Formats: sequence, structure tokens, C-alpha cells
Amino acid sequence: MLELREITKRFGDVLANDHVNIRVEPGTIHAIVGENGAGKSTAMRIAYGFYTADSGDILVDGQVRNIQTPHDAIRLGIGMVHQHFMLVETMTVAENIVLGAEPGSAAALDLDRAASEIRALSDEFKLSVDPRAFVGELSVGQQQRVELLKALYRQARLLILDEPTAVLTPQEVEEFFQILRRMREQGKTVVIITHKLSEVLAISDDVTVMRDGRVVGGVKTAETNAAELARMMVGRDVLLRVEKPDARAGDVVLSVRGFSVTVETGHGGVRDVTFEVRAGEIVGVAGVEGNGQTELIEALAGLVAPERVHGRVELEGRDITHAAARTRRESGVAHIPEDRHRRGLLLDFDLAENSILGDHYRPPAVAARAGVLLNTEGIRRRADEMIRAFDVRPANADLPARALSGGNQQKLIIGREFELKPRLLLVAQPTRGVDIGAIEFIHRKLVALRDSGCAVLLVSAELEEVTALADRLLIIHHGRLVGEVDPKTATHEEIGLLMTGGGKQNAE
Amino acid sequence: MSDISIATLLFFLASTVRQATPLLLAAMGGLYSERAGVINIALEGLMLAGAFTAAAVTHYVGNPFVGLLAGVVAGMAVAAIHAVACIKFKADQVVSGTAINILMIGVPAVVSGAVFLSSGSTPQIPRENLIPWTPVVIAFLLVPVTWYVLYRTPFGLRLRAVGEHPEAADAAGVNVNRMRYAAVLLSGALAGIAGAYLSTGQSSLFTRNMASGRGFIALAALIFGKWRPVQTMLACLLFGFTDALATQLQGVKLSGDEEIPVQFIHMLPYVLTIVVLAGFVGHSRAPRALGIPYVKER
Amino acid sequence: MRLLRELTFPLVAVVAAFVVGGIFVLLVGDNPFRVYGLLLGSALSWPDGIGYTLFQATPLIFTGLAVAVAFRCGLLNIGAEGQLYIAAFACAWVAIKLGGVTVQATGGPPLSSPWANLPAVLLVPLAILAAIGAGALWGAIPGFLKARFGSHEVINTIMLNFVAVAIVSYFTQYHYRIPGDPILQSAPISEAAHIPRMGSFIPGLPERIPLNVSFLLAIIACALVYVFLWRTKWGYEIRATGANPTAAEYGGISTGRQIVLAMAVSGGLAGMVGINEVMGYRYRYYEGFSDNYGFTGIAVALLGRNHPVGVFLAALLFGMLQRGGIFVDAFSESVTKDLVQVLQAIVILFVAAEALFRGSFGRFGLMKRSKV
Repeated sequence: MLELREITKRFGDVLANDHVNIRVEPGTIHAIVGENGAGKSTAMRIAYGFYTADSGDILVDGQVRNIQTPHDAIRLGIGMVHQHFMLVETMTVAENIVLGAEPGSAAALDLDRAASEIRALSDEFKLSVDPRAFVGELSVGQQQRVELLKALYRQARLLILDEPTAVLTPQEVEEFFQILRRMREQGKTVVIITHKLSEVLAISDDVTVMRDGRVVGGVKTAETNAAELARMMVGRDVLLRVEKPDARAGDVVLSVRGFSVTVETGHGGVRDVTFEVRAGEIVGVAGVEGNGQTELIEALAGLVAPERVHGRVELEGRDITHAAARTRRESGVAHIPEDRHRRGLLLDFDLAENSILGDHYRPPAVAARAGVLLNTEGIRRRADEMIRAFDVRPANADLPARALSGGNQQKLIIGREFELKPRLLLVAQPTRGVDIGAIEFIHRKLVALRDSGCAVLLVSAELEEVTALADRLLIIHHGRLVGEVDPKTATHEEIGLLMTGGGKQNAE
Repeated sequence: MSDISIATLLFFLASTVRQATPLLLAAMGGLYSERAGVINIALEGLMLAGAFTAAAVTHYVGNPFVGLLAGVVAGMAVAAIHAVACIKFKADQVVSGTAINILMIGVPAVVSGAVFLSSGSTPQIPRENLIPWTPVVIAFLLVPVTWYVLYRTPFGLRLRAVGEHPEAADAAGVNVNRMRYAAVLLSGALAGIAGAYLSTGQSSLFTRNMASGRGFIALAALIFGKWRPVQTMLACLLFGFTDALATQLQGVKLSGDEEIPVQFIHMLPYVLTIVVLAGFVGHSRAPRALGIPYVKER
Repeated sequence: MRLLRELTFPLVAVVAAFVVGGIFVLLVGDNPFRVYGLLLGSALSWPDGIGYTLFQATPLIFTGLAVAVAFRCGLLNIGAEGQLYIAAFACAWVAIKLGGVTVQATGGPPLSSPWANLPAVLLVPLAILAAIGAGALWGAIPGFLKARFGSHEVINTIMLNFVAVAIVSYFTQYHYRIPGDPILQSAPISEAAHIPRMGSFIPGLPERIPLNVSFLLAIIACALVYVFLWRTKWGYEIRATGANPTAAEYGGISTGRQIVLAMAVSGGLAGMVGINEVMGYRYRYYEGFSDNYGFTGIAVALLGRNHPVGVFLAALLFGMLQRGGIFVDAFSESVTKDLVQVLQAIVILFVAAEALFRGSFGRFGLMKRSKV
């Protein structure tokens, strides 16, 4: 049905797809699995005409096709359901479905005809969607079915689903899989992008595993198992090693009890987690991205509206559950955010100005607590020292942060946060988009901070990284802590299974 | 009720409708543009373009309908500047609109200075060459037409989608920028009619800055009417009513020597808009992609 | 080097605007070189040209700074026009009420009696503070509405412009106008509130030229705005909020408070136009005195890259145009002073559509503003 041949795609310096070959047989459900950033979505977006490949061919029904826009893909019978739904919430289901392929004439939109056609399709696949309802009033699961109908209405024979279950509750997932099976019975072909191995095993006929932009394996689902897939997914050619002495954990610095963070969509967030971080230890949180890590760290840093935060957080015995970000910082909580462009830096500000973000209002940035004038010279001097100590290149405090590479931007943030002499460091994805040299540097710095008696809570989507750095490793899945392992002894398969929600089946 | 008061009432009603007409035309224009996601604070300038062109052309040709058509073309031409700046060059839509407004204070003045040797006005148009009612009819017909176009045609469906969620429209195969061009040009055409009405309907010549804030009131009516045709019309009628009332009460003395301060009546539309925008009276939700240029991720 | 880079683009935009404006002049039947010659020649002559150019530039420096400060916080203040009207009236009001001026109908009862008769040394600073304070207050309203309710500052500032004009017009017409005066203007302010004209200490500059001490205030304001934005923690917080609100929150900055503060500072600066107008020029509140200063301020700020030095230079340019426009009006058959408006508009369009020259988008940081 669909075949990608030697597809290569670069985004700037990043090789997102490196000679990717995927073959999807008609009438099957084909899973593409891999970690975040493995290149799964890119490959499928190329097939749908959202991106164009730098080289390689797309074959549909055995013929090489030129797919430049989604329009081309639609014409060839390819539909795609994006991870973030492409639905207009203020319009009805029918309006959303027919948009761009309207029935009736230019002068009159035949919504009645559309509604009956949609109802027929909906019945055929047992989707139970009301064409007259407003999309904004539907549940996420129903919205997803609208997306499916959109593709079906355009007579798609191949449906590409990008992380379709990420937003669904377990009950909805089961329902959704039944719909997919019905589609397969009706002769449709389905490609499902996911990183949840339990789902792969439950639904797919074939699996393609991707890692670092390359296809690392293709197997029949019936002939494989979770352990094998996990190994393929997370395995690395070179194992990352961090030299570190054993932790000498001291007093409890951070204590989190019955902690929940609600999110606007209702799904996701953090659910009732309880844990501690002691002085002088690194506690890692491993999990597939989007399982509550972001909310956990942001809430602990005081960046989530108080009404969404429940439970109790104590810092060295003091309640900081609802404290403001500034108060937390003043009591010694540093934070290296997961998205340095969104949170961590003012890209148009120079490095000196970035070096005081968060501490710009108090000495030494200003002369006294009540001071108003910035001590520009002092800031500059401190920034220069920071740049030297953390090896930020180019070493010029006058450059805007935008001019630096990801690794050097990150080193600046780390320098700034270390300057705080924190009691607790919250750190998320410390080495994302950072070159190898900088990764090692950052890891050494984190271990050094730990050894100086700071408590570190580390979140990373890189399993390699958390296992190498953490002294204790918590596993998060669907916002809950589903296990704790010793990173020195646990295998990647074991952790990978817990991360992907496969732990329970195995334990039983 | 005496005959005089009935006559007064009728006169007052007619006055309300006449005051509401340019607001309604411009607001409907703004509705198309903003529902497609392009902020149009240039309505004032577009009206001025239409007003000046219609008056000048009517003066030369002697046919107000040709003048009206010319006003429409002028409105579209100036709207095209806004569209190109905002859509092609991703200029800030508010800044571009402000520039258009300033431009259209200047251009008619310079041109009339050169052509009519006046400081910003056109010669008087004889009474028989005025169109006092045609634009009124057009304006009120536009409301059901706009409603139909918006909710019952593929064009309207795409327009709304483009203003709410351009990525979704794009993914469904709709050309986002083309829709936006069409919408902004349409707003220019309608604001052009509004302007033509000012100079060749309500009065008989173009005078400097004659829109005198009506473009902004139209914008206020659009927000007040929650970007919906019928509600917007009601808002225009309300604002037309305050206008008519202010005109009526101008110089009227209360007991003693106190005049009624009409300034407070004039203020009403603006204060109401601020109140509505703050969410005190219902909630006015703008099209979600309003003001954001569509940049396709590649 | 950096200055040169910053200057290149505005210069290109200005030149491009003059070229387009020149074509326009050609179309209406005059020689663009002659018109531009007139424009610049009359704006740069001594003493009248330069005196009036600087006088015209003064309000534009204030409004340009006002727009620039808001801009640095990611806000577009289209309300400088309303802020300066409220401020000018407040300024005149203080100079009347505290300056011992009775507004009285001939023979009739007083419309407004003075509260005090302060000497210049008290009255001048108080009237100045009144202008700044009233402008700040009026500017803070849309700031508050945005921070509290999320309603867009662009619409609210536009609406408040009209409200300001109506309020001030009411008070002028019914309480502070000398009855029978055919012009809508307040009674004259106390002489103690007059500030000196520059002619009184610059040799060769006649005192009839209304260039006054508020030009010096404008220069001081430029310096203070620079210090405020780039050398104080408050300015840092405002700029951080404008550059990246989510990062500002991360840095413990309350973005809502910054929005109100920035709008108040912006309004206060716009309000300083009132000092020039009321205390240095007409010595009374004069209805409709603003020649679109608030809107031209947008052009000044954009052209000046939202930097005080750039604002100062851009205001001088527009001041020249204003002054020269009057001469074009007088000496050209076919081109009127309104050409200046056209040139300003084209400059704004070119600066806004920066991508036209640069081929890159979104450097203003305006793209991600909240919705209207």
C-alpha cells in the first residue's frame, strides 16, 4: 500500500530521517515505534505531504508518487490524524469533516447531505458521532473519532495515526482499538505511530522500530515480544557512562506527599505522587514524555497556577506547596527548565542580562535589597566568570543568547542556576539538543553539585541519561509513579516495560 | 400621542437607521476580515478612501452609482495594501491598519488639493445626484446575506475555519492566505460603500476626515456583536441610536440654562465595548487566529 | 558598528517612503525635488525653521517614547492620543484651580473658583505632575484591563481615546470655558504656570517661536527612559515580559504587574505632551490641539527601533516634515501639507512590513500578542 524508500530529511543540523525504508502492506495495522525524536512522525509527515523529503521515494500502490502537499496525499487516499487535532472547536462535527471537500454547490453548502453521509460512515465503523454536535463540546476520544471520520469522508484507504492513544484514557484506548480492527476488516490500512509497547503488541500486525532517525528493525508482531522491542528502541551502540562515587544521602530536602497537578484538558497531569529527595542524591524520574513529568517539575518550581496544585510539598520542612516562584528561588530551589527557549532564556537579551534572570531584583544584581539601579558592571563581571567557569562559547557576554548553540545556551542556564547555591535543583531534559561534549560537561557538573550536598530531581526522556546519573530511579506513567528501581542493577528492558505501562502484565 | 410626536418619532427612527448605515456597512466588512483572522482597524481609512473617491467620481461623471462603484474599487485597492502588508509580509496587523488610517487622512487631502484646489474637500454634488437610500438598503440586506454566506456556503465555512484554526484548514486542503486576501478585499469593498454613503448619501461632498471615528465605532460594534452578523447589526443600530439621540439633544436646554452634555451619549459605544471586552456582559470571543500571520511550518 | 546596523534599516525605510511619496507628488502634478527641497529648506533655516522643527518634534518625542516603552513590554499603545488629552486638561485644570484663576461669565456667577493661588515655584511642578499623573492613570486603565481580564490593549486604548476626548470636551465646554467664547478652549491658566520659551535664553531665537523648556524635558525623558529600561530592575522586568513572558514568569516576574506598570509609564510619557502644549505654548487647554501626535508616536517609535536615541532622531525627522509641510502648502500649487501624513503613513507601512526589505519575519516580537 505505502512504501518509503531511502527517505532522508534534514532540519538544519539535525538528520531527522536517515535513509528510512518502511513498507506497509495493504489491509494491515502497522506500528511504528521509537523514542521521542526517533523520526517516526517526520517520516509519516513526509508521506502525508506536510514535509517534503530531501531525497528518497514514496510509493503508493507500488508506484512512485510525488506528494508535495496534504492535498496530494488526500487524492491518493492517504489520511492522517495528527497528535494535536486539526479541528475547529467552534464548528460542528459535520462542518469540520466537510471542510475543504464540501458537498453541494459554491452557493449552497449541503450540510444535510453531509450529515447523512457522515452518519452512514459513523454507523459503518460504529463510531457513534453526532454530526450536528459542536466539536468543542466533545470529549477527546470523540474528537479523535471526528478526525477518523474526516479521513474516511475523503475516502482514505490508508490512515496514519500519530500517537493516537496519548490523549485517551485506558477505556477509550480499548474502544479505539476496536474501531481500528473494524477498519482493517473493511479493508483499510492503518499506520499507528506510538511508543507504547503494550499497545503495539495488542493491535498491530507488523512493527517497524526507529531510533535516531534510522529504521533499526522490522518484524511481525506475532514473532516478537516487549523485551525485544524495548531493547531495539532504547539500545545504544555506545553506553553512556558517568563516573560518580556512591551517593552519601543526607537529610530530606524535598518531600512531596499526595501531590497532584490537574491540567486543563482533564487528561494527563500528575496524580497523587509521593516521594522524597535527600541532600546529596540525584533522584531520577524516567518515563515516556507527556506522562506528567513537565507538570511535576513546573509545579514544584511554582510555575503552575495554585488552584491546579493539590497535596503537600515541603522544602526542608517548610510548606512551599503554593509558594510563588520567587519565594522558592529565595529558599534555594533552582530550576533548569526542559524548554530553554520557552522558559529558560530571553533569546534577544545578551548573556549578561540572561545571567541574572530570576535574581535581577536583589544583590548582587542591584546594590541593595531595596536598590533599583542594576549594577551593570558587577553583572557583567559575574557573567564573565560564569561564562568561564561553565565554558560557554563564544565567551562574549554581549552576545544575544540567540547567537549561541543549544549546548552553550544550556551551560549558561546551568551556570546561572548553580550560582544560586541551591538546596534543591529541579532539572528537566538537561541535555536535549546539546552536543556530545557539552553533555559530558553537564553531567559532571550535576554530579559535582550533588556531591556538594544539593538535592537533585532529574527528569529526562533519555533513559540512558537518567540511569547513568540517578542514584534512585522513579518511573512515571500516566502521571503516577509506577515503580522505583535501582539504576545500577535494573535493566533497560525492565525500566522500558514500566515506562510503557507494560510492567503490570509482566508482573502478573 | 399627537401627530407631532409621531412625526418626531418617525424622524428619529429614520435618523437612527441613517446613522447606523455606515457603521453597519463597515462592520460587515470588518466581520469578513476578522472572521478570516486579519485584524482590520483600517476600516476608518478604507471608509475615507471610498468616501473621497465616490464624491470625486460622482462630481465628474454625474452618476452616483458610478461613484459608488468607484468607491468600492478604491476601498478594495487600499485594502489590498493592508492585505499584502499583513499576509505576504507578515506585518503587524494593528500597525499596518494604523498606517492605512493615517495614509487616508493624507491622500484625499493632497489629491483634492491638487485636483479641486481645496484643502481637503470635493465640490458640492447636486441633490439629484445623491444616493440617500441605496446604501441603506444594501447595508440591511447585507446582514442576511452575510449570515448566509458565513454559515451556509463553502466560502463561509472556509473563512471561519481560516480565522479559527488555519492549520486545520490547511491540513484539509484550504489555501489559507488566499481566503484571507479575499476577506480583506471584501472588507475594503464594503467599507468603500460605507464611505460612499457618507459623501454622496448622508452629505453632498467629501470633507476632510469625514468618517470622524465611524470606522472605530464599526469595529466596536463588531466586537459588541461578538463577530456575528445579526448581533453586529443590533449593535450598529444601538450605536446609530446614540448618535441620533446626541444630534437631537445637541443644544437642548434642560430646566434653567443647563444644556444636556451630549459628550456622555457619544461616549456610550466606546464604554460599552470596553465593558463587553472585559467580559462583564456576556463574553465576546474573538476568532482564535485573529492577528496571527499564518506561517507554514516546513 | 552596532549603531550603524541599527540605523541602516530605518534609513532604507525612510528613503523608500520618500521615493514612493515622490512618485505620488509627480502624479498630482508637481516636481518632487522642488517639493522636498522646500520641505527640508524651510525646516532647517535659522531661526524659524529649526525653532519650529524642534517645537514640532517635542510632542513626538514624548509620544514616541510612550509607544516605545509599551512596545518593550510587548504592548501596542494606540491610546497615547487619549492619554495626552486627559493629561493636557489635567495640567490646565491644576494651573487654573491652584493658580488663582476664576472662570467667570461676564457679570454672571463664577463657573469655577480657584482653590489656591500658588507661586510658580509650586505651581509649575504641580502642573507638570498633574500632566504626568493623569496620563499615567489613563494609560494604566487598559493595562489593568489586560492584566486582569485579558482584554486586548489595542481595542481598549482605541476606545479610551474617544472616551478621553468626550470627557475633556465636556469639562471644557461646560465648566472651564469662558462663556461666550466661540472657540472650545479653557480659560487661560495662571501666568505662574507658564514655562519659559527657549528664545528667552538662546540668543538669536525670537521668543515668538513657541519652542519651550519642555523640549529640554523631552531630552531628559529620553535619558530617563533609557536608564529606566536598561539600568533598573523595573525596566529589566518590563523588557523580560515583552521579550518572553513565560521566561519572565520562570524568573519570578509577575507579568500582569509589568503590563500595568508599562502602560502607566507609557501614559505618563504621553501625558508630558500636555506640558508643552498647555504650559509652554497656548497657556490654556485647547480642544483638538493634538495633530495626531499619539498616532504619529507609533511611527516615531517604530522608526526609532523603540530606543530613546532612535525615538529622538525619528521625532526630529517627523518634526521637520511637520514644519516643512506648512511651507509646501504655501509655495506649491498642487501639493498640500498633507503630503506629510502620506509620507508618515508610508514610513510606518515600510517599517511594519520589514520583511519586504529583510526577507525575515517577526523581529518586533509582536506576532505572539494575545488576541483582540
